[in-house]
Amino acid sequence: MSSAVTVLAETEAAVLTTGRVRPRSPLLAAAATLFVLLALVLAFPGLFTAHSPEATDVAAALRPPDGRHWLGTDQLGRDVYARLVYGTRLSVLIAVGATLIGVGGGALLGLLSACGGRRVDFALMRIVEVLLGFPELLLALLVVALLGGGTLNVAIALGIAGVPSYARLVRGQARLVLRSEYVEAARVLGVRPWRTVLRHVLPNVGGPLVVLASIGLGSAIVSGAGLSVLGLGPVPPDADWGAMVADGKDFLQTAWWISVFPGLAVTVLVVATTLAGRRLQLRAVR
Amino acid sequence: MRASVPGLPPWARFAARRAVAGVAVVWGTVTVTFFAIHLAPGDIVDGLIGPGAAATPELRRQIAAEAGLDQPLLVQYGQELRQLASGDFGWSYQLGQPIGRLLGSQVWPTVQLAVSALATALVLAVLAATLTAGRGRAVRGAAALTELLAVSMPSFWLGIILLTALSYRLHVFPSIGAGGPASLVLPTLSLALPLAGLLAQVIRHELETADGRPFVLTARARGLGERALLLRHTLRHALLPLTTLAGFVLGGLFGGAVLVENIFTRPGLGRVLASAVGSRDLPVVTALVVLSSAVFVIVNTLVDLLHPLIDPRLREGGAA
Repeated sequence: MSSAVTVLAETEAAVLTTGRVRPRSPLLAAAATLFVLLALVLAFPGLFTAHSPEATDVAAALRPPDGRHWLGTDQLGRDVYARLVYGTRLSVLIAVGATLIGVGGGALLGLLSACGGRRVDFALMRIVEVLLGFPELLLALLVVALLGGGTLNVAIALGIAGVPSYARLVRGQARLVLRSEYVEAARVLGVRPWRTVLRHVLPNVGGPLVVLASIGLGSAIVSGAGLSVLGLGPVPPDADWGAMVADGKDFLQTAWWISVFPGLAVTVLVVATTLAGRRLQLRAVR
Repeated sequence: MRASVPGLPPWARFAARRAVAGVAVVWGTVTVTFFAIHLAPGDIVDGLIGPGAAATPELRRQIAAEAGLDQPLLVQYGQELRQLASGDFGWSYQLGQPIGRLLGSQVWPTVQLAVSALATALVLAVLAATLTAGRGRAVRGAAALTELLAVSMPSFWLGIILLTALSYRLHVFPSIGAGGPASLVLPTLSLALPLAGLLAQVIRHELETADGRPFVLTARARGLGERALLLRHTLRHALLPLTTLAGFVLGGLFGGAVLVENIFTRPGLGRVLASAVGSRDLPVVTALVVLSSAVFVIVNTLVDLLHPLIDPRLREGGAA
């Protein structure tokens, strides 16, 4: 019926089957190392830099990278490296928060659709189809327009933007499970419906959901940074990587390092997340 | 389910069915957007005036009345539908002009950017895929890595790198604005490279799986050279899945345009959308959402109609 849905489903299938990653590739090892490092940065940012991310020093503004300021300083003389280290938390928080909201909302809607009878299913799926027709960033922008910007609202907006695709996946998987013989057996044995959902449906939906979420995490990182680049993200003095990119945008001609390094951080994190996601996918397919 | 109209060729019937489904999707978009805006917490009048602008209670009442906000919700919904159906997008209080005129003046730069980026991405992807498909492990590994990097690279970062290197350092290209074709090069590349990475992955995969298919064996048995085989048969086969990606690609182009236009300070719909979201100019945001869903539907329908031209298998039995 709906072209949007088939298009997206086929896209996913097409992307799934391409760009294989070998199980023991050095890239994957690098990604794993990066995640360990990232966890350390998140937990103990103070370990990685002696500078404060907010200490301004106008005399040392717009300095290029050197031994003292590894990645240079911004227009207020703040250490770019220190801001990058401390900004990690917000960037990861937004992406992870958005993914959790998307997965939670999607699981709820999907289960409701699969278990709630034909009318509920029909109504919910029509809404999901309409929402799937939106580019994710556009949907997130619509929500930000409604709620306003800021760290929390950006995470909510990206989360809501992800809900339709998770909901569709959960619904499909749940319907498969509900039609299976073991669910039939459980029903015959008199197991209550909500217990069936908890014991049989949810565990079976969980695997594919985690795989899709690992891919979604990558796009949430990029979209989150994108919203911050547009000035809709964290409110100063807080800054995630995207907000740092936006900060340096007007100084590219004289001080490229303010924008370039945070953008690099986004890219590296997305590459690592994508690699890990594909690895999960491969394992799921096998 | 399937309304059969006698006397119409199959493609026309198919087109009619798709047109009805398309109108339904756009209607759904309007509905979802309308109720999201009207049921969200907060006063819509604030959204109309924008933050920072202080309005007297009288002015607020006047704006509410003008926008029909004093009417019951369903009446407002009906009015909105009627207005949109007649091509009227409403009025932006913050910019003080009709939205239709605003979008009309900004649509051209965005279309220019999107079309040139799409063309560039297609050319790059086809070149990369045909040059690397079926090669040795080293070549394919390098290609896969490059594609992964291209796909993962946020377009705003790519834009910044290109600006810094080619515009500010080497002075090859102008940095901002929309003056002439030279100013289009860098924004086009920023938008096209990530897309090319994705398309190249898909095309290469198709090229490689085509080897061994009956139509390839037949062509080889007829003594067709490898180059002719690629150009006449395999490549066409490989381009087929791209048509199903059209909607996805379109979304990527528009989402990317929002960021790229902002980085390069180019005029266009993306700039309008970003500033409308920032100032919470809801009528403008609504108009852009509805407009993009309409474009999405139209492109998808066109692609489905053109499908039989590319894929001979779809020609015989009609487009069922």
